Amino acid sequence: MVLRRLADVTEGEVIGPFAVPVRRTDLVRYAGASGDFNPIHWNQRVARAAGLPDVIAHGMLTMALAGRLVTSWAGDPGALSSYDVRFSRPVVVPDDEAGAELEIVGRVRAVRADGTVEVALTVRSGGTSVLGKATAVVNLAS
Amino acid sequence: MVLDASLVGYTTATSAPYEVGREKIREFAEAIGDDDPTYRDPAAARAAGYPDVIAPPTFGVVVTWLATSALVADLGVAPSRLVHGDQRLELHRPVRAGDELVTTACVERVRALAGNILLGVRCEVVDTRREPVLTTSATLVVRGEG
Repeated sequence: MVLRRLADVTEGEVIGPFAVPVRRTDLVRYAGASGDFNPIHWNQRVARAAGLPDVIAHGMLTMALAGRLVTSWAGDPGALSSYDVRFSRPVVVPDDEAGAELEIVGRVRAVRADGTVEVALTVRSGGTSVLGKATAVVNLAS
Repeated sequence: MVLDASLVGYTTATSAPYEVGREKIREFAEAIGDDDPTYRDPAAARAAGYPDVIAPPTFGVVVTWLATSALVADLGVAPSRLVHGDQRLELHRPVRAGDELVTTACVERVRALAGNILLGVRCEVVDTRREPVLTTSATLVVRGEG
């Protein structure tokens, strides 16, 4: 993996796009790994009773998948110092082989002299934005 | 318990230590489909300047979610009424294998909105030397009953 340097980064630079599928099996695996067993993430009956169209992905899974774009771009996952998102719309995951697809794009919003780089993230599923105000900050060496 | 502004400042007892293991980190990295060697291979992590494998950034929220769940249970809120509204994560350093992390969670904000309650919960995570590791702040939407 190539370590990105501050000098290699320009404001406005686009990162990605990165497309990643989210299937029911991914939700079950994430539930186990994270300990979040809320049934709206794996049980259609419970999801519908809660007023949702179908099972939805964990917001934290969407946040983690979008974070992958930033950490792989930086070349060092330990470079990420802050990461904020708003879960604006649920990612509905149908019970089929394709699941839902996330389309993730980053854009460098600010490059600062202290080595911090602010990346704005856009995440869409089914043509709709699912995260709001998603921003990650990485610290890069000069 | 009534969910109103009088709860602001309510703080959980410090959690029991959460011991971060290499296999848990690997399991989490696999669950998010990330094959970065820094998460799996101690030699690769050391080459990158870390004492052991590090965890993906959002793993920190796995730790704070435990304390947040305990706080919400203290307040008498059923987990099925909760929706995750937003999440802020500040990492003072990467979480790594071998860490023993303790968390305190406190109520930061309470606001009624359209029949729901917005509950702001802040968590501070420190290691055994009391050095700060991460800070999180989340808004939980507590859906109105009926």
